Amino acid sequence: MAAISREEVAHLARLSRLAVTEEELDTFAGQLDVILQAVAQVGEVAAADIPPTSHSVPLTNIFREDVVTPCLTPQEALSGAPDVEDQRFRVPRILTEDVAS
Amino acid sequence: MTTTLPAYDEVVARYEPVIGLETHVELGTNTKMFCGCPTDFGGEPNTRVCPVCLGLPGSLPVANKAAIEAIIRIGLALNCSIAEWCRFARKNYFYPDMPKNFQISQYDEPICVDGYLDVEVNGETVRIEIERVHLEEDTGKTLHVGGATGRIHGATKSLVDYNRAGIPLVEIVTRPIPGTGALAPDVARAYVTELRDVIRTLGVSDVRMEEGSLRCDVNTSLNLPGQEWGTRTETKNVNSLRSVERAVRSEMLRQASVLDAGVRITQETRHFHEDTGDTTPGRSKETATDYRYFPEPDLVPIAPDPAWVAELKAALPELPRVHRRRLQQQWGLSDLDMQSVLNAGAVELIEATVAAGTTPAAARKWWLGELSRRANESGVELADIGATPGQVAELQGLVDAGKLNDKMARTVLEGVVDGEGSPTEIMTNRGLEVVSDTGALTAAVDEAIAANPGIADKIRSGKVAAAGALVGAVMKTTRGQADAKTVRELVLERLGVQG
Repeated sequence: MAAISREEVAHLARLSRLAVTEEELDTFAGQLDVILQAVAQVGEVAAADIPPTSHSVPLTNIFREDVVTPCLTPQEALSGAPDVEDQRFRVPRILTEDVAS
Repeated sequence: MTTTLPAYDEVVARYEPVIGLETHVELGTNTKMFCGCPTDFGGEPNTRVCPVCLGLPGSLPVANKAAIEAIIRIGLALNCSIAEWCRFARKNYFYPDMPKNFQISQYDEPICVDGYLDVEVNGETVRIEIERVHLEEDTGKTLHVGGATGRIHGATKSLVDYNRAGIPLVEIVTRPIPGTGALAPDVARAYVTELRDVIRTLGVSDVRMEEGSLRCDVNTSLNLPGQEWGTRTETKNVNSLRSVERAVRSEMLRQASVLDAGVRITQETRHFHEDTGDTTPGRSKETATDYRYFPEPDLVPIAPDPAWVAELKAALPELPRVHRRRLQQQWGLSDLDMQSVLNAGAVELIEATVAAGTTPAAARKWWLGELSRRANESGVELADIGATPGQVAELQGLVDAGKLNDKMARTVLEGVVDGEGSPTEIMTNRGLEVVSDTGALTAAVDEAIAANPGIADKIRSGKVAAAGALVGAVMKTTRGQADAKTVRELVLERLGVQG
């Protein structure tokens, strides 16, 4: 059985705001399936007493003292923005698919 | 909007409400959750940002120790268990209020779980169960441009300021609260009030609803008695304690009218409107929310040392409920009297007035009487009425010194509320001081006796009660600016009668 369905790939693409064609869906579903199956093999060799790893280093409690450090200037902060207005990041209209309410 | 809403009494007679509250509290740390940018309110747009809170490539977050300490203290004050080990999680979504396209939050491993907060409503204690308290980062502020009303609908573009993005935000979630019946709106308000007071006592946030450092979402549903809980709606944009109460009430009325018409409730987010007191639908939840949470790889897990937690617990300040009980004893109030002080939002105000030298009875009289009445009339919280505890103490000082009588004191207090200045200034400016010049008073008394020989004779013959008429006459000639008690003594003295 496939590790990921074509529908799941379509769903993920939508969540990721990626425009994917029907042909691409077939290709990616196949490729992702191979990757997931390969990763799943790790699960087969891991014993029951090995918890899933989320962090590769065995560290906890790395904290920072609550001390103010210098910020960027607004010019620096906005220098990489595609569009700027009134010292703010300007973004295109947010709701396009929403039904009017 | 054309349907007539049913009466509240009818609604609670037929339906049972279940409420739930999600409260967000911005912590008052010096710096943001994962970087050293300052957290002060306001500021020019995008002046409190750095590569970390802008999500620039290669930057790495590090957790603020003061924020971790603050949330553990909040959890302890809310009787929660503190997790021995927990992680941050990424909440992924596309919305420009976070520049990273995700928010660092906590998902299935909140740092505090299973607590409760006891609140007083109508002299009864209601235990509100707390499901979880977790830590996340606040979002930036978006300004929607091009729409008619500054709302996102119809906007052609949005402008984003990331000063707020990354400020530590604590989310406190209750379990569903059934069984409160007609009191549901009061319970909701009492809970948020108590929570605010607890957090303020801890000193970890300024919890100002109007500035957004305390924000509240209210879940409401209705069901028929004996049946399963109904579909809930989530009301956002509830920006004052009064609004918490109004939002629950208005949502109960709206849902009842929908259910009465045989229509199902849609699970959705609704927005509360301060001006009209009702709610309108926001974005529907049906299309929403696959956040694809996963453990935040850039932050290591938190494992609070039990010794540290025990230390924080031992160092918790006296919490509001305990504090109130102590004040109640000091002030000599019954449970019911204390409840009205609490309901009026007057505990701290009376406490501060007493600290400024007034007796508890006098302080309570002004805050629960004249000032509460004015607050109700203008629909503001008592604390925002415009009179301070110091001014009330000053006013009472003038009364105690015999410079103002009760009636004049009320007039002066009105002036204080209207922003005319301090009690002493208002007294002087309006020429309201009690006539204490005995010469002038004696003359007025003699005049009244001469003008009312019949009454004077009655008093001489022992009918002391008749003195009231002469006192009234004197008060009239002095335009109310005499002390009635002094006038009465003077009347009796001039007529050679013992009081």
